[in-house]
Amino acid sequence: MTSIAITGGTLVDASGERFGDLLITGDRIAAIGSFEIPATAEIIDATGLNVAPGLVDLGVFAVERAACATGGITRIALMPDQSPPLDDSGLVQRAALAAKPYLWVHPLAAATRDLAGIELAELAMMQKSGAKAVATGRTWIADSGTMRRVLSYAGSLGMTVIVHAEDGGLTGNAVATAGETATRHGFTAAPAIAEAMAIARDILLAEETGAAIHFRQVTTAAGFERIKRAKSRGAKVTCGVTPAHLLLSDIAVSDFRTFARLSPPLRSEDDRQATSTALADGTIDVLCSGHDPRGPEAKRLPFADAEPGMAGAETLLTLGLGLVRDELITLPRLMALLSDAPSRILGVDAGHLETGAPADLCLFDLNAPWQIRGSKFKSFAGNTPFDGLPVQGRAVRTIKGGRTIS
Amino acid sequence: MTSPSPFPHRNLLGIAGLQPHEIMFLLDEADQWVAHNRAHRTSDHRLDGLTQINAFFENSTRTLLSFEIAGKRLGADVVNMQAATSSVKKGETLIDTALTLNAMRADVIVIRHGSSGAVRLIADKVDCPVLNAGDGTHEHPTQALLDALTIRRRIGHIAGIRVAICGDLLHSRVARSNIFALTALGAEVRVVAPSTLMPAAIDRMGVTAFTDMDTGIDGCDVVMMLRLQTERMEGGFIPSLREYHMLYGLTPERLKRANAEAFVMHPGPMNRGVEIDSSVADDPKRSAIPEQVEMGVAVRMACLDVLTRERRA
Repeated sequence: MTSIAITGGTLVDASGERFGDLLITGDRIAAIGSFEIPATAEIIDATGLNVAPGLVDLGVFAVERAACATGGITRIALMPDQSPPLDDSGLVQRAALAAKPYLWVHPLAAATRDLAGIELAELAMMQKSGAKAVATGRTWIADSGTMRRVLSYAGSLGMTVIVHAEDGGLTGNAVATAGETATRHGFTAAPAIAEAMAIARDILLAEETGAAIHFRQVTTAAGFERIKRAKSRGAKVTCGVTPAHLLLSDIAVSDFRTFARLSPPLRSEDDRQATSTALADGTIDVLCSGHDPRGPEAKRLPFADAEPGMAGAETLLTLGLGLVRDELITLPRLMALLSDAPSRILGVDAGHLETGAPADLCLFDLNAPWQIRGSKFKSFAGNTPFDGLPVQGRAVRTIKGGRTIS
Repeated sequence: MTSPSPFPHRNLLGIAGLQPHEIMFLLDEADQWVAHNRAHRTSDHRLDGLTQINAFFENSTRTLLSFEIAGKRLGADVVNMQAATSSVKKGETLIDTALTLNAMRADVIVIRHGSSGAVRLIADKVDCPVLNAGDGTHEHPTQALLDALTIRRRIGHIAGIRVAICGDLLHSRVARSNIFALTALGAEVRVVAPSTLMPAAIDRMGVTAFTDMDTGIDGCDVVMMLRLQTERMEGGFIPSLREYHMLYGLTPERLKRANAEAFVMHPGPMNRGVEIDSSVADDPKRSAIPEQVEMGVAVRMACLDVLTRERRA
């Protein structure tokens, strides 16, 4: 069995930072700290680098192994919004194998057939085929009775329900958050309260059924307030956010920039700041990329006609490191957000550096300067709202199951 | 050394972003064309040899006609593309259409489109000046200019006057452009609409919002009515047309709340008996609506002239 010794780096995961070496044998971490390096081992000199668990990106829309490898991502939870939707065990099984052996793909089972929000999908069958959690997809389930049944059924299977939190009755065909920017540009807009409305209902249903619920992207002060209260009651509630919603406000959609057309839409500066606060105070559990690459056919359109979404896999780590540099969070906390918490939500053995754990690693240079250029992305589409932004820090090697994949 | 151009913009995509003196410059230019048109002079010929394409992706009669007449009075070869009824609507992207128009070597393109920001998207892809003839619920700059010209000619100035813009503000590109133009020129602007048709945070655009029409038009010099855009309303923004008329319809009685000399404007087409009574719309003493149409041609001539000057030089 081949061995790899990673020496001289700073090990970092959710539990903290420490100096030490790391030995991989086969697809597992065989030793950490000081150990005798086998004579046949390949040695990777990680001096000046951080050695972290591979990133676990919760809720991406496309399987793009090269983009993930570039971004230090070793596992993705694939949203059920595929064509056809992941509402069948055969489709789930196929999706789980899509990127082997370069990337772990954990399909999320569609909560309802065809993601239509009406009939329960075969959740247990899909679980048996490899689905790690259940998701409502891009949309919210409008019917409260259906949502209650989804939570109850998934809860009994021990699967977390991952939801999109926007009250569809309020959002309608909105493309932006109601406010000055939307009004000036003539965008159809929905009030930000649509998010808290959805969260409030789904928390009540989750508590009543005892199910675990994860709000994939929470972006408003009112939304965080409800999450925080539920957590303080001991509810099984977690939430995530993307770097875009942490770093950009709705001003970014000025001049009709379709790359900043996201779902949920970018919020007001007040809500953006509330998102930062929620990240710092621990309300937010997961930092995800929201990776949803869109080609020019979907983006080179008038703003309202463009599809929402951004290519985020290649910028997730670097933008997260920016939050550390800004002293909003510590490096171990970033690792908790990027790998430990999403692994726990999915119920997979990943996200930590321990002997016996899978050898899924991300080696990154905390200080490497570069400039985000969508045109240079490995992703099939470079639609990033951060195009042109100078940043610092990037993955230099991604290892999945003991094998270097970038 | 040449003096800087009084209008240094390549396109006219909206009123937002224009300086007050640039708006005034366009109004001054348009003013000259009013006299020219009234004198029934023949074509001016300054756009002789230039091709003006009116690409209308959304149905329009009066604006298209106004631009066509404006172009022809300046001597341009005017070509109308009624894209709303052509295959362009489906299949071909807007970018493709822009590239096609560009390849046809148009000298100026006038665009109307149903999506906010669509005109800017085209303007970024073509080599000639682009004029926004209305994009979604974003802007309709020439309408705001013709409204400002109408007001200025009637009252003599715009700074300091009180204007109420009333009706379906949420779906109105005319309202947005007028707010930008009139506030830039120093008018006090009020907006009046049911709360369901009032855009969020509109007070941050320098206007005062009213949901009560009587209070909103109280003491105003100009009452600008907007068309109730029922075709853009999914989900019932108002309970009924008759209730809307009761609360927001401009009747002779309600108009008495405005100043005695106040006049009424409407961008057309009007829903008579809904947002405006015929007795108001047709009252020659109070209605400036026919004058608005006349100013529309003059303003569009001015815009076509100004935007093609560099090309003609």
